[in-house]
Amino acid sequence: MPVPILKQRDYLIASVQAALSDSDLTELRDNLSSQVGRYRSRGVIIDVTVLDVIDSFATRTLRSVAHMLKLRGAQTVIVGIQPDVAFAMVQLGLTLEGVGTELDLEEGLAHLGRLTKRRVKDGP
Amino acid sequence: MKEERQRNKAPTPPAGGGGESAHLADKQPALLRELVSHLREHRAQLREEWARRIQGAHLLTDMSQEEIFSEATAVYDNYVEVLATGNVEALQAYARDLSERIIPRGIETHEVLGIVLLLRDVLARSLFKKYQGDFALFDQVLDAYEPAANRIANTVAVSFVRERERIIRQQQEAIRELSTPVLPVRERLLILPISGVIDSQRARQLTEKLLHGIRDHRARVVVVDVTGVPTIDATVANHLVQTVEASRLMGASVIITGLSSASAQTLVTLGVDLGKMHAVGDLQRGIEEAEEMLGPDPPPPEPPDA
Repeated sequence: MPVPILKQRDYLIASVQAALSDSDLTELRDNLSSQVGRYRSRGVIIDVTVLDVIDSFATRTLRSVAHMLKLRGAQTVIVGIQPDVAFAMVQLGLTLEGVGTELDLEEGLAHLGRLTKRRVKDGP
Repeated sequence: MKEERQRNKAPTPPAGGGGESAHLADKQPALLRELVSHLREHRAQLREEWARRIQGAHLLTDMSQEEIFSEATAVYDNYVEVLATGNVEALQAYARDLSERIIPRGIETHEVLGIVLLLRDVLARSLFKKYQGDFALFDQVLDAYEPAANRIANTVAVSFVRERERIIRQQQEAIRELSTPVLPVRERLLILPISGVIDSQRARQLTEKLLHGIRDHRARVVVVDVTGVPTIDATVANHLVQTVEASRLMGASVIITGLSSASAQTLVTLGVDLGKMHAVGDLQRGIEEAEEMLGPDPPPPEPPDA
């Protein structure tokens, strides 16, 4: 099942609705990458609240999405990782290094707000 | 076991007379009955003798004389009962009950075992006195008495140790339950004071509790205070690192406070990667740090000092 991507002002919100297959993940990556370019988004939120498993492929893909989107000019935040999922991930050594993580959508928006505000301030 | 002993003994001609060896197996219960009635008859005297020997051996020094005497009476009666019936269940129950009462008072295993063995000796001596005229008969009496007496000593010791282990397990669980509170201090700030030894199971429990706490309280900063953890080795440190990483996945930063200088030195010597840990000196500094990260939630109006 493909992941719907919503546009919200400067941000894109990818809200995962069901368990993701490997092809869903790569499709998500491609879609986000192209839409960030199309909408000139500054931030992307990937909401994984419904996932009760995040395996190594998913972790690697999410991390590469974040790094890719950064090169396209957008910050990425993963939100909604559940306690049991977080615990299982660290036990497997999957830590999503270098990727922003927040509790839920609201925190994710605040996080992006802080990041992009700083960028506006730093900018010309 | 009794019969085996009988078979081994069968070839040696007993001094009692020709036909007796054939009836030996039948005589055993009769001897035991005789023995029991002897012990019942001299109950008061033997019990006193036993209590005296207990004191002489400096056992059960934490109990008063009356207590020792009343327990000794109960043990004595149970003991004779087991000899009479061969059924250890009642004794087992009594030993469990006794252990439950005396363990909290610091009675040691060697004391319990010691008093039971003393009783065995006291009774054996009294039997010797009674049968000293007829050694062959005494031998048979001992054949009947020893296996039963050893079984009793065994039963009491096993009951005691089992009870002790049960209490230890119970206490371990209690400690585990008690010492893992996750405390909300203010909006978005949690404190997790850890005290006691951390093993894998407990570390796992702690982490899970913390992660659920982060979700339930929507925490952004967590202060983990390890002042009460006596030693921090590589295993514990790895658990801490895992906790920090898992919390980050849920959007919360972790501050570790209260690492002692000994722990810090161990960690550096072991080469544990603490790069991901944000550590500060004590809990107070940790909370200050957390407040700074969260920003002034209700802006505190600071009146200038007069």
